[in-house]
Formats: sequence, C-alpha cells, structure tokens
Amino acid sequence: MAVGTQYLAEQPKLRTSSLVLGAIAIAAMLAAPFFFYPVMLMSVLCFALFACAFNLLIGYVGLLSFGHAAFFGGAAYFTAHAAKVWGWDPLAAILLGVAGAAVMGLIIGFVAIRRQGIYFAMITLALSQMFAFICLQAPFTHGEDGIQGVPRGYLLGFIDLNQPLTMYYVTLAIFLFGFFAIWRIVNSPFGNILKAIRENEKRAVSLGYRVDRYKLGAFVMSAALAGMAGGTKAIVFQFATLTDVQWQMSGEVILMTLLGGIGTMVGPIVGAGLVIALQNYLAASDFPVTVLIGIIFVICVLLFRRGIVGEILELMRRKGKSAS
Amino acid sequence: MVSTQPILSATGLTMEFRGFLAVKDVTLSVNEGTIHALIGPNGAGKTTVFNLLTKFLTPTRGQITFKGSDITGLKPAEVARLGLVRSFQISAVFPHLTVLDNVRVALQRPSGLATQFWRSSNALSALDERAMELIDAVNLSSYRNLTASELSYGRKRALEIATTLALDPAMLLLDEPMAGMGHEDIGRISDLIRRIAKNRTVLMVEHNLNVVADLCDRVTVLARGEILSDGSYDKVSQDPRVREAYMGTEHE
Repeated sequence: MAVGTQYLAEQPKLRTSSLVLGAIAIAAMLAAPFFFYPVMLMSVLCFALFACAFNLLIGYVGLLSFGHAAFFGGAAYFTAHAAKVWGWDPLAAILLGVAGAAVMGLIIGFVAIRRQGIYFAMITLALSQMFAFICLQAPFTHGEDGIQGVPRGYLLGFIDLNQPLTMYYVTLAIFLFGFFAIWRIVNSPFGNILKAIRENEKRAVSLGYRVDRYKLGAFVMSAALAGMAGGTKAIVFQFATLTDVQWQMSGEVILMTLLGGIGTMVGPIVGAGLVIALQNYLAASDFPVTVLIGIIFVICVLLFRRGIVGEILELMRRKGKSAS
Repeated sequence: MVSTQPILSATGLTMEFRGFLAVKDVTLSVNEGTIHALIGPNGAGKTTVFNLLTKFLTPTRGQITFKGSDITGLKPAEVARLGLVRSFQISAVFPHLTVLDNVRVALQRPSGLATQFWRSSNALSALDERAMELIDAVNLSSYRNLTASELSYGRKRALEIATTLALDPAMLLLDEPMAGMGHEDIGRISDLIRRIAKNRTVLMVEHNLNVVADLCDRVTVLARGEILSDGSYDKVSQDPRVREAYMGTEHE
C-alpha cells in the first residue's frame, strides 16, 4: 500500500512552523466551546481520536483494519457498564474501556496479523461482526436498547462532569493525550521499525526483525487508543449502543481518515471534523447525509487521493523543492 | 583464514512446487572463511536455494546446518539472528529512509532500541557513530542524507551491504550483488566483498564469470535444480557438463 510517505523526509524548517501551528490549534480548541455547540465539538474530538488511532495502523504500518468499531464500541460498553452498574469514577471507567479494547485487540490482532491486504481486512471485519453479535445477545449490553443513562459523575471524585464546559475540557485533555501518544509512537525507535517494515517487510525480516510481533504491538496500541475514544464517548453522550460496534462505524472511520489524509498526523482530525460537522448540520435538513458523504468520498478518491491534509502537505513539499 | 570446517551445510535439499521439482537433492557445504559462488544458467534454482538456506522457503525434504546446529525448522528472522544474513536479487533497501536511517534500522535491534515506543527517535542518534563507520566503509558518507531511492543502482547495493554488515554476521548470502552494474561499480563491489570476507564467510549467486573467477575460492554449479559440479573455478570450468549447460543457454 503506497500511502503517505511525505512525512518521512521532514525538514527541520517544518518543525518550528508546526510548533507554532500546534500552539494556535490548541488555543483554538480551548476557545472553541464559546463559539460552537460543545456537544458537537466533543463528538468531533472523540471521533478524531478514533480516526487518529485507526490511522496509526493504516498510515504507519500499512494495515487496513475493517473492524475497528469493535474496539471503539466495545470500550464504550465496558466504560458505560463500569460507570453505571458498578458506579466507577469516570476516569477509571474509561481506563477499563482502554484495557478491554487492548485485550480485544490482542485477540483479534493475533488471529488477523498473519494475513495481508484484503484478507487481513476481511478477518478483522468478520471478528468484529462476531463481537457485534455478542453485544446484541449478551445481557449486560441490553440488546437493541444499549446502555442508557450513564452518569457522567465526578472525575477523581470532585470535578463535576455534568457541567458542559468541564466535560469539554476533560474530553479535550483526553484527546490531546491520545494524540501525543500516537505522535510519540510514530516518532519513536519502535515507530522507526514500523516504517521500515512498511517500506520493505522482507528486508526487515532478513535483518532479524520478527515483524509479526511489531505489527501486533501496533495493532494493540491502535485498538487501545480507539478504546480510549469509545470510552470517552460513552461518558460524554451517556450511552453505549450497537451503532458503535457495527461495521458501518468501521467504514465511517476509514472514510474520515481517507478524507483527511492517511499517514498524516492531523489528517484524521480534519476528516473527522468534516464528517461530524456535515452530519450535524444536515441532520435537520431533508437532504440525506449519506448521499452527500458518498459524493464527497467519490470526489476524494478521484481527485485528491492523498486526502485534504495529504494534498496540502504535498503542495508545500513541491513548493519547497522548487524554491531550494 | 580459509579453513576446511563447513559453517553452513545442506544435505538432500529438495523443494517441490506442486509437483515441479525446483531443487533436487542438493547437498552443499560452505567452508568457514571462504567466498563461495553458486552459479548456473537462468532457472537453475539458485535463488530458490538461497530462499531455502535462509528459511524464506521451507524445504520439502532435507536438512540445513549452520555453525553446527540444525536450522531447518527455524523462521527467517531467527536465522538472521544467528548470524546468517542475506541480500536480495532486487536491491533491498528502505527506499524512503535516508542512507543513515537505513543502516540505523539494522543497528536498532542488536542495541535494544527497536521496541521502545515511549522514547523520542532522537535516542537513535546514539547509533550514528557506528552507522557512519559502516557507511564510510562502503564510500557512501557524502550521500548519508539522501533517501535510498535517490541513489544509483550500484550505490543501493553498497548501502545494502553496509546494512547487512551492521548486523556483524558470521556469514553473508549475496544474491547477484552485481546484477545490472557497470564496470566501475563491479570493481568497487568486488573490492568491498573481498574486504568484508576477510573475517567472514560469503556465499554468492553471480552471473559474471570473470568476477567469480577473480573473487571466489570455490564454485558450485547448479543446473535444473541439481548440482552439476563443485570445486575450484579452474576445475569447474573444465568440466564438460558445465560447459554444455552454460554454452547451451548463454549463447542461444
């Protein structure tokens, strides 16, 4: 899969400017709830983290998982159950969601990682659908109803999450933590080996790397971070339902990542923002959202295959090359 | 340095692909400290033998021993960890990584940096000194910041050798290291192979017979998956069966 290689030869000049951009972005995110509806923003943050976690796998390892909804939705159920039935602290409940998603990632990844390309995608799809079926049948998930009325509670016992602004900033903090975790993984010695494996797997094997273990490691990390997004979403929206575990959700995260730009750090955030904003603003109109998103998807595949952010980076790279 | 002790030996190696015998009962031993050539006409099964020896393929029958232990059941990454490292026919580099990064990837595993996902990749600069030594050894220092895809073919091969040497392997298997190269590059790579073979064993597939005559201590000739002849270059080149197999295909 020839995806996103533009970040590999990053110039130092780009670093300072991306620091400045990052600071501006964080400032904008801090101010955002005063201009936009906080619930929508939180939805964007949860899905953006989910898409970033998914991108860790496709963009930096080259593995297309078609079953990431299982980790996102599964974690939502675990968190919702812990917060509602066991009365756990929201942070502990989210951590349980993360741990649960990681264990599921280990199991699904262990089975799927031996296969490549479309077979890998199909196995992840099949296993996640099996999990969706378990969620439909198991008593603790309450079938079609899902787990409703999850209390937001008090973070660490004293931060009242029922205040929309507080909830927003906690969600933002979780998002930023997840985003920087991904950034760290990608730019770590381990991430370097992941890049090498994606570039030339056989060569990596011949250098003595047990590539399956590296892929499985990345798969579990991606699943755990998708779980962090799902668990947070359960606390924010106070419910966990079947929507989050079904294959449509896996498709949606692929769409977000593709739209924004596979293999770029901020692409998935842009993609998630775009899709969620469209769904929100068109929800009230008569125009079917799915048709519009379908059209956008087709345009994206036909005209800008690198995704929005991917194309912009490519443009900047070309400009920089002709200038120097 | 040349000894008569085999470092790598294969007995009765057979590879069957759906009824097609690609490699038939090949028995081969490579002595420690030698440069050993595996030659033969196209389709003789040389690359298949390489894939079998490095476990990228599992033989239908036969046994492989490296440094006295049986490696027949091992996985390719394990074989590499034992010090038997191969190159590929199509140059095996990481195309979008820089020359320096290519070599550092090989150094990461032995230095225990490969699995650290919580550290900054700046930690890898600890490997720069050793990496630059290896890059110097193949005369690529002035290209260290180029990506591998920007290098000429010959330099890619040199980079590949530097990366392989980073593992400090006891034995190198080079699959056509000079395929598609010009005279100048051939001379340079020949010198390089001679230099690295001073304290290592090399088994190489090579088509250029001048190079083989010049460089190799021993030659094994493979044709249609079977060993035709084995011995010094002079002995092998006098063998009428070898002449027939070679002339028959080389001068069609």
